[in-house]
Amino acid sequence: MKDPGELTARLLQGDRAALARSISWAENGDPRFARVLEAVYDRVGRAWRLGITGPPGAGKSTLTNELARLYREAGETVAVLAVDPSSPYTGGALLGDRIRMEERTLDPGVYIRSMASRGGHGGLARAAVDACDAMDAFGFQRILLETVGVGQAEFEVVGAADTVLVVVHPGAGDGIQAMKAGLLEVADVLVVNKGELPGADQLVLDLEEAVHVRLRPSLRPDRNTADAGPAWTPPVVRVSAKRREGLGDLVAAVDAHRAFLEQGGRLEQRRGERRVEQVRNVVAERLLDTLWGSRDLGRALAGRLDAKTTPYAAAAAILEPILAAIPYPESEPSAGAAPGGANGA
Amino acid sequence: MKRKIRVLVAKPGLDGHDRGAKTVAAALRDHGMEVVYTGLHKTPAMIAEVASQEDVDVVGLSILSGAHMSLFPRVRAELQARGLGEVLLVGGGIIPQEDMAALEGEGFARLFGPGTPTTEIAEWIQGEMERKWQREEAQEGSRS
Repeated sequence: MKDPGELTARLLQGDRAALARSISWAENGDPRFARVLEAVYDRVGRAWRLGITGPPGAGKSTLTNELARLYREAGETVAVLAVDPSSPYTGGALLGDRIRMEERTLDPGVYIRSMASRGGHGGLARAAVDACDAMDAFGFQRILLETVGVGQAEFEVVGAADTVLVVVHPGAGDGIQAMKAGLLEVADVLVVNKGELPGADQLVLDLEEAVHVRLRPSLRPDRNTADAGPAWTPPVVRVSAKRREGLGDLVAAVDAHRAFLEQGGRLEQRRGERRVEQVRNVVAERLLDTLWGSRDLGRALAGRLDAKTTPYAAAAAILEPILAAIPYPESEPSAGAAPGGANGA
Repeated sequence: MKRKIRVLVAKPGLDGHDRGAKTVAAALRDHGMEVVYTGLHKTPAMIAEVASQEDVDVVGLSILSGAHMSLFPRVRAELQARGLGEVLLVGGGIIPQEDMAALEGEGFARLFGPGTPTTEIAEWIQGEMERKWQREEAQEGSRS
């Protein structure tokens, strides 16, 4: 399958191999993905995207599998995107999350895809959103986006979800650790998994306290827009994915968050921010890829740059002609006439 | 474009020994590939379905139970049924020479026996994939 037109047709017919290939194109930065997305973009926006993150060993894959099972039992179709880290040294990755979801392998209502985080440039966040858009256009009703909560890139991935679950487990540190972790700030729902283990009660209490101390008023603007009533306080839900306990409460908490976002234009605001972020990712990636890839500026600089030139001066020499060509948005972006490059010089 | 070699390492059938499969999976990862590992006891249909969902370039089967002559061709048939006939198909395990030759005549690109250095497997796969991608690029170049 090499032609974007053929792939698009097959994607729309429900061919999952076509979906798989389109995600590969997105991952590889293949320009054919943009053509596919262009053709199906009016179908994007129907799925509910759940981000699932947390520290290693919290039980994210097991929980993801259980959520997929519950949504399937409710008659919904489910796509899973499981992101695992790539080695910073070799670029390789071992993608093992789907081992815990193997019972869903042959279910035609489930699609599971593993993605390696690869390297830098915001490419992961961009590729993950692309993959979700493709799954969404294909027609999956729930998208579960799972990644380990280490590093900024992985954070950004779940930030692209409609509802973000942060999964923690007892025995991984006290309440102060929970307050330190930036994980709390991305959570729409906090999940204490392995709820049968000792320490789970205390962890629930610590998290509830942390949520109330720290997140009120909310750090995130979409949680408490002035015109839209009360803010969202992330609930703390105790579950045991392995024993299938508390999962109904978790599904209810996700539904409640969805209902909250669907009032007062919050969902549009959140998705609008996500679209802007995705444009930013594409711009940043293409700019860097162009400058460092096809124009090979890295190598050109390596020969020219002496010890007396600061990195800022060298970067300014590259960027100023580019920036000078771009008008400022204040100067009527639709007209595009006003030259905005009068910045100093 | 930042294309990576994606490999599925799979254990078909009832064989419960996956030290070898895990060793190879780790070696391929350390060679810069993205490796999906399925775990034990997979049916040919499950292996082919995972290969399809993950859009892998390579499927590597490991078997130590002696059932390779029945299971390996069934995996190949399931792959072909899903339109994945072009996937580079390799295998390894305790497999007699004559069976290796037979499988290599039946669409398996290469069988690796016990004692094969993991770097040899990784470098062979990398070489095959690079040649395949070059051929594809040349084809696309001539068409446009």
